[in-house]
Amino acid sequence: MGETGLGMMAAARDPHGRGSVVISGLTKSFGQTAVLRGVDLEIPDGAFLTVLGPSGCGKSTLMRIVAGLEQQDGGTVAIGGGGVDGLRPDQRDIAMVFQSYALYPHLTVFDNIALPLRMRRLNFARRLPLVGRFLPGVSATEREIAAAVRRVADLLQIQPLLARKPGQLSGGQKQRVAVGRAMVREPRVFLMDEPLSNLDAELRVHMRAEIAQLHRELRTTFIYVTHDQAEAMTMSDQVVVMMEGRLLQVAPPSVIYEDPEDIRVARFVGSPRINILPGRVTGRGGIDVLGVEVPFASNLAAGSAVQVGIRPAATGASRQAGESGLAGTLAYRENLGSDLFLHVAVPGVDQAVVIREEPTEIGRFPIGGTVTVRLADARIIVFDPAGRRIRPFVAAAGARRHG
Amino acid sequence: MRGRPLGPVGALLRHAVLMTGALLMVTPFAWMILTSLKPQAEILVAELHFLPTRWAAVENYTMAMTRVPMLRFLVNGVVVTSAIFVLQVVVNLPCAYALAKLRFRGRGVLFAVILLCLLIPHHATAIPIYILFYQMGILDTYSALVLPFTISVFGIFLMRQFFMTVPNDLIDAARVDGLGEFGIVWRIMLPTAIPALIAFGIFSVVAHWNDYFWPLIVVGSHELYTPPLGVAFFRLNDQGTEYGPLMAAATIVILPLVGAFLLAQRRFIEGITFTGMKN
Repeated sequence: MGETGLGMMAAARDPHGRGSVVISGLTKSFGQTAVLRGVDLEIPDGAFLTVLGPSGCGKSTLMRIVAGLEQQDGGTVAIGGGGVDGLRPDQRDIAMVFQSYALYPHLTVFDNIALPLRMRRLNFARRLPLVGRFLPGVSATEREIAAAVRRVADLLQIQPLLARKPGQLSGGQKQRVAVGRAMVREPRVFLMDEPLSNLDAELRVHMRAEIAQLHRELRTTFIYVTHDQAEAMTMSDQVVVMMEGRLLQVAPPSVIYEDPEDIRVARFVGSPRINILPGRVTGRGGIDVLGVEVPFASNLAAGSAVQVGIRPAATGASRQAGESGLAGTLAYRENLGSDLFLHVAVPGVDQAVVIREEPTEIGRFPIGGTVTVRLADARIIVFDPAGRRIRPFVAAAGARRHG
Repeated sequence: MRGRPLGPVGALLRHAVLMTGALLMVTPFAWMILTSLKPQAEILVAELHFLPTRWAAVENYTMAMTRVPMLRFLVNGVVVTSAIFVLQVVVNLPCAYALAKLRFRGRGVLFAVILLCLLIPHHATAIPIYILFYQMGILDTYSALVLPFTISVFGIFLMRQFFMTVPNDLIDAARVDGLGEFGIVWRIMLPTAIPALIAFGIFSVVAHWNDYFWPLIVVGSHELYTPPLGVAFFRLNDQGTEYGPLMAAATIVILPLVGAFLLAQRRFIEGITFTGMKN
């Protein structure tokens, strides 16, 4: 899609990149409930940022405040270097895709996509039904609008649907039309509020790829809200994990998974969930996990209690008898074809410890049999009792905060 | 049709009940039409005759159309009912939208007050409104016929209930796309509310087309008479009540409604079921 005059003007105005978003100190309460408790976030121009969190964590409210659909109680939002607080949604030069698509049911696909352009390029009199089209300049503008709609329709491959009403479209088609309506006016920032959650699983995976592709083509800032970690991990440059109105971590997807700052991030990201085991720092540069010593250099006093996180894929069952590890009984196993997950009931741990094994090895693990969870060579992630990350002593100076 | 199917006896019974009801509804209507076909002498005889022995249809209907300016009354009826409906839409939709979708202090109280107003009979406010219109000097005008009904509490309530079912995302999408609040009402809410509006329109038009009470109070000039007043003209005549022309006039008056019903039968029934669902 070519740059419009509007886009160029906005670009010239903003020294910080027209699609950069800076959020600082944002707070919001609904009645007694604090939904946002001081959110700070900088999103560079052209980034694909996903806000990931469980429902009710405030992520949708955050997005609605950026969109201007909701007023914050405190803090500021700036888009493209300029403050947008107090501006109406349409003055912020943003576009939003809603979970329910929110297509206008009485308008055709063409008119749905054309509406934002008509609202911007035609004044009140020129938008009037019947009489409006006879006013000077309207037909030329309408031709431009039609051309813009066709360009978007080509890109999204929805040309054959332009004459239809939303009621005649499938979920995936509606989704495309909703994206088209957002794209057509070339906004500075795309806001997407769980746009894929009403689609079936297969289509969701497909649309995931399409949206990521769209972002590569448009190079516009995308802010994408979801509770689905797969969406967050696959599409975005940066993931923000949000809980209880706070941002817990802002980092690229791999860092969020490998190097979580907070135990809640570790728990939320990764499927099956990370195993959390109780541990105690020993005097010999290690952590005692239920009687098994795991090497971990820290400057914590010996005897300090810690929580040890081990991802199912970061460990496995020991092959030889006598190898040190956590012995338990196999309570349940899940064979997903590509992975085999073993749920091992270990004495002293409330929840079954889940480990990944090769599906070809399934014969070695009868239900009810004894399985020893390898610990000595497992990649562990250590947290203090309050859930904050504890890094190994040597790395502690360098790796404080990501994002 | 819920529940298990009825046996033959049950089915018979059901039809008997329904037919009795239908008969009760149809009889006065049929009698009106039959009477409109008879001469005065036959109407007043003691015996019961369904069909006239001497047909007086032409006389009666000619009388109904010529003794009073019936056409004028019908035009008045169309002007008044459509003005009422259009103004009701203009007032009700923004009110209903605000009550359903905008958050503001006192919204709950306001809605409760509106529900309370549903309980006030129109006759209770008739005298104060009459006095008000007298002081404004608009008695005996079209305005007097239209204005009291422009704010329809029932209409606000009905449309508010419908708007509650419109997803908030749709409104937010419209805001992002650059529509103002009134733009949302007219360009988004109005088109999505067509079924509810038709249902309301039917109630409104039928009620005000047939209204006898209010026009009788505020209108004196014959030029402003609405159809029901035109019908009554034959009753208040100096030669006593002329039943034939009276019934002919009544038939003429309801004809537009029957015609409209036949044209929009399906919509009408949809509308009724719709309101049944929502209330």
